[in-house]
Amino acid sequence: MSIPLSLTVNGQAVTTTVDARTLLVDLLRTGLALTGTHVGCDTAQCGACTVLVDGRAVKSCNVLAAQVAGAKVQTIEGLAAEDGTLHPMQAAFRECHGLQCGFCTPGMVMSALDLVARHPGADEAKIREELEGNLCRCTGYQNIVKAVRLGAAEMAK
Amino acid sequence: MGANETGPIGQAVRRREDARFLTGTGQYTDDVTMPRQTCAYFLRSPHAHANIRSIDTKAAKAAPGVVAIYVGADLTGVNGLPCGWLITGTDGKPMNEPPHPVLAQGKVRHVGDPVAVVVAESLLEAKDAAEMIAVDYEVLPAVVSGVDALKPGAPQIHEQAPGNKCYTWALGDKAAVDAAFATAHHVSKVDIVNNRLVPNAIEPRAAVASYNRAEQSYTLYVASQNPHVERLLMTAFVLGLPETKVRVIAPDVGGGFGSKIYLYAEETALVWASKHVNRPIRWAADRSEAFISDAHGRDHVTHAEMAVDKDGRFLAMRVTTTANLGAYLSTFASCIPTILYATLLAGQYTTPAIYCEVTAAFTNTVPVDAYRGAGRPEATYVVERVVHQVGVDLGIAQDEIRRRNFIRAFPYATPVALTYDTGNYDQTLDEAMRMADVAHFTSRKAEAARRGKLRGLGYSSYIEACGLAPSNIAGALGARAGLYEAGEVRVNPTGGVTVFTGSHSHGQGHETTFAQIVADKLGIDMANVEIVHGDTGRIPFGMGTYGSRSLAVGGTAIVKAIDKVVAKGKKIAAHLLEAAETDIEFKDGKFTVAGTDRSKAFGEVALAAYVPHIYPLDKLEPGLNETAFYDPTNFTYPAGTHICEVEIDPDTGVTEVVNFVACDDFGNIINPMIVEGQVHGGLAQGLGQALLENCVYDAKTGQLLSGSFMDYAMPRADDLPTFKVSTKVTPCTHNPLGAKGCGEAGAIGAPAAMMNAVHDALLGVGVKDIQMPASPHRVWQAIQSAKAGA
Amino acid sequence: MYTFELKKADSVANAAALLAASGGKALAGGQSLVAALKLRLAQPGTLVDLSGIAELKGIRREGTHVVIGAMTRHADVAASAEVKVGIPALAALAEGIGDRQVRNMGTLGGSLANNDPAACYPAAVLGLDAVVHTSKRKLAAADFFKGMYETALAEDELITSVSFPVPAKAAYVKFVQPASRFALVGVFVAQTAGGVRVAVTGAGSSVFRAKALEDALAKSFTADAAKAVKVPATGLNSDLHGSAEYRAHLISVLAARAVTAAG
Repeated sequence: MSIPLSLTVNGQAVTTTVDARTLLVDLLRTGLALTGTHVGCDTAQCGACTVLVDGRAVKSCNVLAAQVAGAKVQTIEGLAAEDGTLHPMQAAFRECHGLQCGFCTPGMVMSALDLVARHPGADEAKIREELEGNLCRCTGYQNIVKAVRLGAAEMAK
Repeated sequence: MGANETGPIGQAVRRREDARFLTGTGQYTDDVTMPRQTCAYFLRSPHAHANIRSIDTKAAKAAPGVVAIYVGADLTGVNGLPCGWLITGTDGKPMNEPPHPVLAQGKVRHVGDPVAVVVAESLLEAKDAAEMIAVDYEVLPAVVSGVDALKPGAPQIHEQAPGNKCYTWALGDKAAVDAAFATAHHVSKVDIVNNRLVPNAIEPRAAVASYNRAEQSYTLYVASQNPHVERLLMTAFVLGLPETKVRVIAPDVGGGFGSKIYLYAEETALVWASKHVNRPIRWAADRSEAFISDAHGRDHVTHAEMAVDKDGRFLAMRVTTTANLGAYLSTFASCIPTILYATLLAGQYTTPAIYCEVTAAFTNTVPVDAYRGAGRPEATYVVERVVHQVGVDLGIAQDEIRRRNFIRAFPYATPVALTYDTGNYDQTLDEAMRMADVAHFTSRKAEAARRGKLRGLGYSSYIEACGLAPSNIAGALGARAGLYEAGEVRVNPTGGVTVFTGSHSHGQGHETTFAQIVADKLGIDMANVEIVHGDTGRIPFGMGTYGSRSLAVGGTAIVKAIDKVVAKGKKIAAHLLEAAETDIEFKDGKFTVAGTDRSKAFGEVALAAYVPHIYPLDKLEPGLNETAFYDPTNFTYPAGTHICEVEIDPDTGVTEVVNFVACDDFGNIINPMIVEGQVHGGLAQGLGQALLENCVYDAKTGQLLSGSFMDYAMPRADDLPTFKVSTKVTPCTHNPLGAKGCGEAGAIGAPAAMMNAVHDALLGVGVKDIQMPASPHRVWQAIQSAKAGA
Repeated sequence: MYTFELKKADSVANAAALLAASGGKALAGGQSLVAALKLRLAQPGTLVDLSGIAELKGIRREGTHVVIGAMTRHADVAASAEVKVGIPALAALAEGIGDRQVRNMGTLGGSLANNDPAACYPAAVLGLDAVVHTSKRKLAAADFFKGMYETALAEDELITSVSFPVPAKAAYVKFVQPASRFALVGVFVAQTAGGVRVAVTGAGSSVFRAKALEDALAKSFTADAAKAVKVPATGLNSDLHGSAEYRAHLISVLAARAVTAAG
């Protein structure tokens, strides 16, 4: 079954037609060629596919594209400024070596933005707790936690 | 150590690869799209062990969108997947090496064994069609544990491996060990299960294969740690293709940890099928599929004994291990529980005699191969658990029992075939103890006890052999490949440098670290250095990245190529400066006539090489492009001490890691930020093994019970402590960087440190023996059993 | 995923009619359903999307009750001032469901209708003796949960809201299964108008009340009283992550911790 769908992705209006079975992540990666959002599991555990829907972190592999009709979706591609200047959270990940292979990174950064929006002054324990939905196999999380703290501080400026 | 003392070597340079990873513009295999591409889906065995009576693909082939379906019988002329290491048993015979078909040939031997590949216009259509394939299985009894597989009457998995045995192999002087045990003051004993793990890089394996009919050539994008090895094995051993006709590209790869070293059935089938359908084919594993098709790690059952004198000096060690290799021999499976394991059993100690016997078994489980550390975590776990037990048995403090036995004179030849070039084990132990505040542990333990909690402290003084490997030694031990590395340094006419390395970066940050080396050695700006890796079409050759080898071996190959560039540059500069070549010095990016201020900048020399108007053309070729292959003369020996402090809640069995410190000696360090990150990641995997992760099969049905992240506990941010890490340096003596390697240390040292801490915590409540992972349920049960037995 | 028709409902009546006509399944937040579809564990011919039904959303205080619309997301329950003031234990429970991303999509009604044996919300509904309002009727908590993934809901019946009585005291303590982070065991303890109630999730085929604990806590609402109760392991779940005996033991331990947390 094909269904018409309109939404906003990274500030751009998108109007398309999708199979009802299309997951949000498939729409992003295949339909819109936004391959920065990754798929790391099939049980909605790893969080590599995390994007913001109306400002809230969701796992795009566990949401039908049709469920976000009319919503504003933000992906990792939509964070840096037009001139390429990194968003403070992206910059913090680089500064703190909060990524290695980079595969979980987009989801991690998007989750961090949801976190900081609610808990701008989160301490280390809170950040660890809030990152429950994102798996990283490379970093041991320590530098991710450091990056989120730095990113939060920079965003507050 | 650098040519330039204020150069980038040793600096925490921020990573250049991060720019693309942080903006979603990296290119992982599954991001590659091609015109006319098709999608593949593998139909896999739902049974652990079964004969295939028949496969009916008729209905499936007629399903919408299906392009082709292939089963084992269709793969004519395709050989099985090879094993790269021949182990010779104690009986003098080569290991049993049963075939490892790309698609099942009449029999399936583990849940997940690929039976058919469906190629369709879309993945949904491929999956729909796969459900329409009718496979008639005759289900056979299955065996999943290595120990059970070797028992008489166990189900037979391969005709070519009677009794399911691959080999029994031994290392060491058995007679000397027996003699030492006969007269020893005391013998400490441990029984150990080194739990099976699933590597779970967050990027699942993926491949995109295409065929060019006009050129009769193939291109394979694949999530691989070693594209040249992939190409060599696939072309020479399996598909019988010329290497010239196959280009393998491993683009951005989302973590490997060993699991992406191997040649797998899926990419092999894709390459073969891409010619038959004459269209590109893509495949990416689901996580559930990864659990039943990526090579697993560890899975040893071991009994170890240490003979000691009355002062706790180690006299001899005896180790017996059963290693579960799974259903087939994966690419390097056979050398992991032997060459990379038993050779490390001396640890940091002067134990004069060691004997280790390993029996490797086939079972109805996913093949087992190298996973972060590969053999060395298993060895460290054996050594450090038994050393801990010696301390407990003799009432000697854990630091003291180690100090009494440390190796202090180098080079040191162990009784298990290695020669350690350098180290200082007291230094890393001292520093780790200071960082762990061991001095105040007793009061912390008492304070915890007042809250009803049990505290414990555990040590692990590990050693690893990295920088794989001297090819001649590896060859003598059965390796079917060399273990050198290649590097090409291409100086461009305007002085920029492109480096082509056979190492592959999948998180390690080579694009930064290697650029630091090049910039430092040539005295040029890092911005003028580009690192290229992961493409057989661009790089001369490569053995890839694993075994903490990239800097020590791959980095050294680049240094050797730079040396050749500088040597040629001196000849060019001598000509330009009208001086004798022997008078030219190279420093800080300048070729200078010794004792004068006459010099030519590196860029000027590069330009002269490509615009050879004033140039010794009669004696020297134009151009400045050098390649080096570096084959190390010894392994490198990173070592250190990890100390873990745990607190256990006896009411629930929950173990909390309250403190973890690591003091490591990796030799010289190029980028301390990256090294620290590698340590953190290794520790997370080591603690994951000790605390959370366990791959479990049902003993009767052979079904994988921990087959997704819903049941296989991956470490998350709130499972782990904030690690305290530091380094000490004794430079490696046999490579010009003085580097040893750092990628695996965390995973090697951490499990023993944590489990020794758990044993220490539980000693007071009577628990003597607990295996990894120390899950709440298991800890609680151990406490209950101890209470019941008391 | 198998193919399905997707229909968007604009009212409860419309949704019920669509379900009745199609025999399909309701799609709430989809956090369990979409996962099941992906793994081909479910094959509904039709999905009826409830996200556009305004009357199913929202949280309000009605006298001695906090009423929560079925399509209210976990994150919104956790952040709600009405819930935090009225039943802080319920807000805390919602904050502990799944992870942030799941809480941003998952809904109260979806969770209850799914009745996963390891879900958190059923413990609160049963522990507080809440009333489940549906498109057809009102159901007492005890009548709603019927067994593993089973409820009293008819195929064309929707949960519209849940009415939680405000307890004198309550707390929920969850012991997570280390991989999935679902409840290996979760215990909800409450002092309600009808007495002390103890509801347990994760340990059995469906949420249940622990009578022995309720009796003990009715006599003495103390952690020690809870801890002294030996819960029988008979009939409890046993798997990779915990035997029935371990779960039985945890029920007492967690009940004691919940009593302490309830203050």
